[in-house]
Amino acid sequence: MATEHELSPSGYISHHLSNNAVPLGDGGFWTLHIDTLGMSAILGVIVFGLLWLAARGVTSGVPNKRQAFVELLFGFIDGQVKSIFHGERHKFIAPLALTVFVWVFMMNAMDFLPIDIMAWIYHSVFGLEYWRSVPTSDINATFALALAVWFLMIFFAISVKGLGGWIHELFCSPFGSNPLVWIPNFLFNIIEYVSKPLSHSLRLFGNMYAGEVIFLLLGMWAATGLVGTFFGAFLGIGWAIFHILIVTLQAFIFMTLTVVYLSMAHDSH
Amino acid sequence: MNINLTLFAQAITFAVLIWFTAKFIWPPLLGAIEKRQKEIADGLAAGERGRSELEQASKRSAETVEEAKLRASDIISQAEKRATEIVEAAKDAAKTEGDRIIAGAKAEIDQEVNRAKEGLRQQVSALAVAGAEKILRKEIDAKAHADMLSTIANEL
Repeated sequence: MATEHELSPSGYISHHLSNNAVPLGDGGFWTLHIDTLGMSAILGVIVFGLLWLAARGVTSGVPNKRQAFVELLFGFIDGQVKSIFHGERHKFIAPLALTVFVWVFMMNAMDFLPIDIMAWIYHSVFGLEYWRSVPTSDINATFALALAVWFLMIFFAISVKGLGGWIHELFCSPFGSNPLVWIPNFLFNIIEYVSKPLSHSLRLFGNMYAGEVIFLLLGMWAATGLVGTFFGAFLGIGWAIFHILIVTLQAFIFMTLTVVYLSMAHDSH
Repeated sequence: MNINLTLFAQAITFAVLIWFTAKFIWPPLLGAIEKRQKEIADGLAAGERGRSELEQASKRSAETVEEAKLRASDIISQAEKRATEIVEAAKDAAKTEGDRIIAGAKAEIDQEVNRAKEGLRQQVSALAVAGAEKILRKEIDAKAHADMLSTIANEL
């Protein structure tokens, strides 16, 4: 259960949804969520370390089971990227897609950890009062990914079309190059450039945050007694099974959108 | 749930992971998979080549067998022709030889008959002369009438 000093439902939920924020300076901006950063970094090191181990011992002959699994993942990502992005993908886009999919999937999958048990472990083993397990249910994490992709989008748009070409496109598409439609074109493009990172990050954040909230609500059944505990556990199992789909699907959608945005940046209109 | 510095720290982590994947994970996997694809393609091509070679070889061998059969039947028919020729020639030779032998025998028979006739003629003429001598005795001079006698003997 939650801590000893807040045992109201809203206290329980807000406790579980509070990040471990470390202030670095004045103002709300200069803080770090070390739980988000720590979990995502640990997951990154573990999962990409494993991938690196598999990639280091890779052979073109008969693959062992670990290599076969990694190759399955590789083939899946490569196939997806190939169907969306038509260009030299092996240098950057496909590795990026692999990074995004694997990392986001692992961060999402932290949702499967039972929150109250994890909170107890964090509290009594590591002495951490606030520690959220799921980095992607922190808007900072998803927005960081989306914003990085957004900058890559602009970088590729400029490197493919040139700075002049990109500015020309900002004013001359989608309606054409007539000076009368320059302003509407530009507004449309601004909306597009603003909405892309927002929808990209908020979709993932919303799904994972809502998933966590539902787990918390189901966890509160335990406060109603023994029957409620079993009922809540039963529903929790159902939600966890359904969540396997959401976790995978959201990671897949995030990766696909990343590739789609970067592919659009490469196309000239 | 507010935007703060975590955003940038997380973006840096993201950038590092992208760099790591693009540098150390993707290239070896891609290399191995492409190499295997090439090996499989080569293997399939070799198999295909072997198959077509086998096909050609079996075609060639069938052609050779066909040719050999043709030649064999050719040789047999030639041999048969030759055999008939030899038999014919032998028959001809035998016939000629037989004719020759028959002709020789006939000639000998004729000769023998002539000789017998000659002998008989001589004897008849001698007999005639002797008879005439006996009949005529004195008047007939053997020498004077020899011509006439030989003429008679020839006419016989």
